[in-house]
Amino acid sequence: MENALQSMWVIPALPLAGFLLLALLRNYLPKHLAAFIGCCTVFISLLAATYVFYNVKAGNTHVAHYFNFIDVAKLHIGFDLKIDQLTAIFLLIITGVGFLIHLYSVAYMKEEEGKNYAKYFSYLNLFIFFMLLLVMGANYLILFIGWEGVGLCSYLLIGFWFTNNNYNNAAKKAFVMNRIGDLGFLLALFWLIAKVGTLDFSTADHKGVFDLLDQLNSFEKTGITLLLFMGATGKSAQIPLYTWLPDAMAGPTPVSALIHAATMVTAGIYMIARSNVLFSQAPITQTVILWIGAATALLAATIAMKQNDIKKVLAYSTVSQLGFMFLALGTGNYVAAVFHVMTHAFFKALLFLGAGSVIFGLHHEQDIRNMGGISKKMRVTYITFFIGCLAIAGFPPLSGFFSKDSILLGAFEQQHYIVYGIALFTACLTAFYMFRLLFISFHGKYRGTEAQWHHIKESPAAMTIPLIVLALLAAIGGFVNIPTLFHGKLSLTAFLSPVIAMEPVAAIEHSTEYMLMGSTILLVLVAVLLAYKMFKNYQYKEAAGLGKTLENKWYIDEWYDRIIVQPLLAVGGFFKNIIEKSGIDGLVNGVGRAVNYSSRQIRLLQSGQIGVYILMMVIGILVLFIVQLFL
Amino acid sequence: MLGTYITFPELLIWLPLIAGILSFFIQKEATAKNWALFASIGTLMISLASLMYSDGSQKSFDTSNVSYVWLPSIGSSFAVGLDGIGRLLTLLNAIAFPLIFIVTYNKQYKNAAAFYGLMLLSQAGLMGVFCAMDVLLFYFFWELALIPVYFLSSRWGGEKRIAATFKFFIYTFAGSLILLVGILYFYQLTAPVIDRAGNTLAEHSFSLDAFLKVSLTGAQQNWLFWLFFIAFAIKMPIFPFHTWQPDAYEQAPAATTMVLSGIMVKMGVFAILRWLIPLFPLAVARWDNLVIGLSIFGMIYASLIAIKQDNIKRLVAYSSIAHIGLMCAAIFTRTEIGIQGTIIQMFSHGINIIGLWMVVELLEQQTGIKKISELGGVAQKAPVLTILLVVIALANIALPLTNAFIGEFMMFSGLFAFNKWYAAFAGISIVLAAVYTLGMIQKVFYGPVNVFTEKVKDIQWSQRLVLIIIVVIIFMVGVFPQPVFNLTKQAMVFIMTKMK
Repeated sequence: MENALQSMWVIPALPLAGFLLLALLRNYLPKHLAAFIGCCTVFISLLAATYVFYNVKAGNTHVAHYFNFIDVAKLHIGFDLKIDQLTAIFLLIITGVGFLIHLYSVAYMKEEEGKNYAKYFSYLNLFIFFMLLLVMGANYLILFIGWEGVGLCSYLLIGFWFTNNNYNNAAKKAFVMNRIGDLGFLLALFWLIAKVGTLDFSTADHKGVFDLLDQLNSFEKTGITLLLFMGATGKSAQIPLYTWLPDAMAGPTPVSALIHAATMVTAGIYMIARSNVLFSQAPITQTVILWIGAATALLAATIAMKQNDIKKVLAYSTVSQLGFMFLALGTGNYVAAVFHVMTHAFFKALLFLGAGSVIFGLHHEQDIRNMGGISKKMRVTYITFFIGCLAIAGFPPLSGFFSKDSILLGAFEQQHYIVYGIALFTACLTAFYMFRLLFISFHGKYRGTEAQWHHIKESPAAMTIPLIVLALLAAIGGFVNIPTLFHGKLSLTAFLSPVIAMEPVAAIEHSTEYMLMGSTILLVLVAVLLAYKMFKNYQYKEAAGLGKTLENKWYIDEWYDRIIVQPLLAVGGFFKNIIEKSGIDGLVNGVGRAVNYSSRQIRLLQSGQIGVYILMMVIGILVLFIVQLFL
Repeated sequence: MLGTYITFPELLIWLPLIAGILSFFIQKEATAKNWALFASIGTLMISLASLMYSDGSQKSFDTSNVSYVWLPSIGSSFAVGLDGIGRLLTLLNAIAFPLIFIVTYNKQYKNAAAFYGLMLLSQAGLMGVFCAMDVLLFYFFWELALIPVYFLSSRWGGEKRIAATFKFFIYTFAGSLILLVGILYFYQLTAPVIDRAGNTLAEHSFSLDAFLKVSLTGAQQNWLFWLFFIAFAIKMPIFPFHTWQPDAYEQAPAATTMVLSGIMVKMGVFAILRWLIPLFPLAVARWDNLVIGLSIFGMIYASLIAIKQDNIKRLVAYSSIAHIGLMCAAIFTRTEIGIQGTIIQMFSHGINIIGLWMVVELLEQQTGIKKISELGGVAQKAPVLTILLVVIALANIALPLTNAFIGEFMMFSGLFAFNKWYAAFAGISIVLAAVYTLGMIQKVFYGPVNVFTEKVKDIQWSQRLVLIIIVVIIFMVGVFPQPVFNLTKQAMVFIMTKMK
């Protein structure tokens, strides 16, 4: 059966081929053909990924070496791809959600002119390629290539409408903040090269990083994992590098769903889950991850409560949910993190696409203050969005319930009670802000004009079908890992066990578990009811005090600008205008003036022409030469 | 075979040299243009052929390659050879010139025959620098490469060309002079040249072998090192020897700027590898922290200035200083991976920065504007130019799968092995590079069209072809760098043994 996975290169190669085809022929392709190429390549990849998944489920894994990428000195880095259980899961998420979003985009982007339409799909295909490379890489360098590649696509797609400079600024901000994280990632790789001499994850002959962890002392392990985590804070939008993600909503909404909710931003979780062997041996780093995750989850949730842009609410919600995943990683509960990546991909993609459907139906209206009551006009969007809200809020038996519960339970089991408290509180906030969003935009009375109201209609099938499929997945996706409490088999945990070895913890009493679960559900319910009471007949009021601070995102962007950006620019200006002009240059020009002065004295030789000086130089050299040699 | 009569290094030097001299006698402008283009393509063919004939066993620094009697009485000979590094850099030199000539083909030059003649002479000088196995010959070619640039800048440059050329002249002249003193001092320590019969032909020798055989004490190396290093440091340039460079790049004619930044700065880096390290291994180790410190400070310094630049040419110039600083630092780490990274980066940086200058030149030809803040919206008017620029710019910030990533990854890796904190500090430039490069793209190419960019047209097919060639090289080296490593493997072994 080993050779069944040998043709796995098809999975990333197809979207790459789609990208090349679309990019080169974008001026000539009719729109429907461009859409066909874009969707088709990803769909075939999805089929291949499904095939791969069943192969892996049957116990088959595979590593393929294609060519020597960098083979110098003691460093041997191959262009190697790998399929194992963790990769198989991510392949399904990426190609599955990716395909649905491609399909959705066919209708959503239809107003674009031909070549921009093809360009859009080419970028999406390129993104899928890099994302697949990221999860299929058999060493950290291939992972990093995908890592930076998805960042590039994110940059290109956020700034897709590049005549708008605000969008361009958002794109640049995303790229630069990711680069800050990537610097950490790179330093971690250099450290590994210096100490372990390889970047392979693990190899058949036990020469990979995870096989040779004994060569690292605990300081190095902590340092390397912290640097890797720094990379993750950039890509997965955690404190302190999260501020690019809300701005990234400048891109087309399907892009937000695909890149900035379902796939790319979970790359940091993938990377840490992939390196779980390493991270488990670095307790300090785990504590840092735990607290950063908890803090991010809480901070972003508070901001989400007061945002008025439908996409911004979802963006902060994404940051918050990613915080939950890191929290899980910090407790060593890697499977729960991956589980939440999966369920989150379903319900958050659903919510974003739902928001896109609303924006589409309301002709580019994104401000929820101008919505209201649209559930009557957009039934499918409303129902699927409602399911998404239930899932993210964690109502049983929807997917979010199981994944969030396993994160909370993990924190409790590891006796991180404060973190557990924060997570529980954040879960309530989550339910609150999501249902606030739902009630304000879909319920109550429409707050736009009569004429606008008449133009609102349900989105076309290409958009609603992905919504329905995702709603279905968001509803039942949790069943892949039903806890033993409900007589489940923890299938996902078992499936991932070859990659992620879970340390057994002292299981808590079933009665305690019931109690925790029951109280969580109760609290969430209260939050929803509160939201209903407050927002069923919403009227916008100018926020003040804490509300205003939240509306302005705790002024974090302003602080970054003041503390980091402005001082750096000032230093740059100082170098440019003071040091360069007077310091170094002054010295050199002084020499120049001295030469000028003396040449003015030696009037016979002075001609003012540079050529003469050069001639003199050549003569001078020769004279010097002759003097040196023969005297 | 060919080698019986004439060898590749000779061909690479003589062809541009003779073509350059002949060019001065051409009357018509168009003829001079075509002549130069034709000659440079010929040189490229020879360079490509030299790659085909290269065999892995080719020993580095093999002075037996070609050696003619030149100045026997002072012990200097016309000794040239091509090791892996030489092959790579002569290739860069050979690729660059035809591309430059094609892109600037539309430009009108007063006295074009002289312009193209000087350009070709400069190319010959560069070839000589990369091939010379005799110190005096090396010095001769070093000057042959530089002197035409003075004339090119002062006669065909921009408004402030005289001041800029003067500064450039002072810097490089000072460097050359110090270098000459160093060479002559060293020369006096070499053994006499004796023929088979036992007659003394010359008191001393300029050959590389003779220089390598001199064993200097650590103390001697420590000061003699500086006589060589300062000349190279000015040429690269690294902080604080760099201030000639932004002015020179801004004021020199575009074609000359491309040669200066793409190839000529590599003379400095190359000279460190070929001359400084083998001759002064102890001093290189002695001064490593100082040089690396200067280099990486310069990286951050230049990057911060680049962020504040509104002049697109000066932005590219400062960006180049930052990149060169990393190369210099990586060499002085004396790690194999760092030096190998530098070698591949010399080639990659040459290709990328020439591409960047080409885009700048094509923009300036159409708009006449150098100020970033006055441009905007070019992407709508010239989509092909924009796409090609974006790829080149991404290579400039070393995105994976582009050529520069390979070099930077390895150089930083070497720097990390030398000292973690240096690598972390220097790494800030990775972030800053993204800030100024993307900032430039955004302001020039994205955003709305304005009055200055309204009439911009997309580039012609010949210019497209040139930029596409550059983009193809970017990806080829970025995805399959291994052939380059194989080419330079032997030369690396030699450098590494010299440092032990």
